[in-house]
Amino acid sequence: MRDAVSDYALRLGDDSLILGQRLSEWCGHAPMLEVDLSLANIGLDLLGQATHFLGLAGEGKGVDADRLAFHRDVLDFRNCLLVEQPNGDFAQTLARQFLFSNWQELLFRDLTRSRNETISAIAAKAVKEVAYHARFANEWMVRLGDGTEESRARATAGLEWMWRFADELFDVDETVEPLVTAGVAADARALRAEWDARIAATLAAATLEMPRPRRGARGGRAGHHSEHLGHLLSEMQFLPRAYPDARW
Amino acid sequence: MSKTWPLWEVFVRARNGLSHKHVGSVHAADARMAIEAARDTYTRRMEGVSLWVVRSAEIVASDPGEAAALFEPAADKVYRHPTFYTIPENVKNI
Repeated sequence: MRDAVSDYALRLGDDSLILGQRLSEWCGHAPMLEVDLSLANIGLDLLGQATHFLGLAGEGKGVDADRLAFHRDVLDFRNCLLVEQPNGDFAQTLARQFLFSNWQELLFRDLTRSRNETISAIAAKAVKEVAYHARFANEWMVRLGDGTEESRARATAGLEWMWRFADELFDVDETVEPLVTAGVAADARALRAEWDARIAATLAAATLEMPRPRRGARGGRAGHHSEHLGHLLSEMQFLPRAYPDARW
Repeated sequence: MSKTWPLWEVFVRARNGLSHKHVGSVHAADARMAIEAARDTYTRRMEGVSLWVVRSAEIVASDPGEAAALFEPAADKVYRHPTFYTIPENVKNI
């Protein structure tokens, strides 16, 4: 059980860490100063969650969150494939956030009732942050979808890119199944209908079509990542690996 | 994306019981975006519990050219200040 909790915390932490790093790539490049700050804020919220979850993942193993974040290789990361997808343009970034934050909000809402006290405490703090992320992303989907011809085309293309990575969010594998039974993990399968309804409602307001169903891409939870994650890690991990004794 | 998003003035209430105070401005395409931009720009270090935003174009300002007529006459009306009362030491916020 202790190992399973650690694995589960690693997944939750890696989701937040990798998406937080992705969002930080926008720093200084967003379309407007205000949006730049908003994306950086969301990224920092995610980084904070990652610190807590990775701390839990390393508990009793003699490794801290920094060690897990900066000294692990790509095959050992357990994030879902969605969060490692490239930023693309602003609409593609927002499409990723839209799919992810709506899922993460439902997930954390359930995790506030986790029997693991650390997980429930992290979720209770984070669910408020994520409710804002979802609101921010939902509103932007509406603005882009129901905006100009160009913003609409970009929003559609962004959704098309990200859609195949949504199914993985709702998987429950043999690592998580016993934790679901024990009331420690959330049953992601049970979140699908509510998530679908939320996504459909926002897309309707955005006058965008639901993307056509397609075969979902999977593998992140087992360490089978897309080529994008390695590039992200090489940038994120460079400094602590090149200067392991650096202090700031 | 348009570079001409309108400007909004931002007011923050620091604590319940205090009034909203002007803190700055943000660019935003609509009211919801203005609230979010204001939240992310001006309240991320626990500066407030409530936000107002108002389109800068909606603010009516006094004309600086009329400043003398508007404000200088108050300068020698010392009797308008309630400085002749003694305030008990325990009364705060006056």
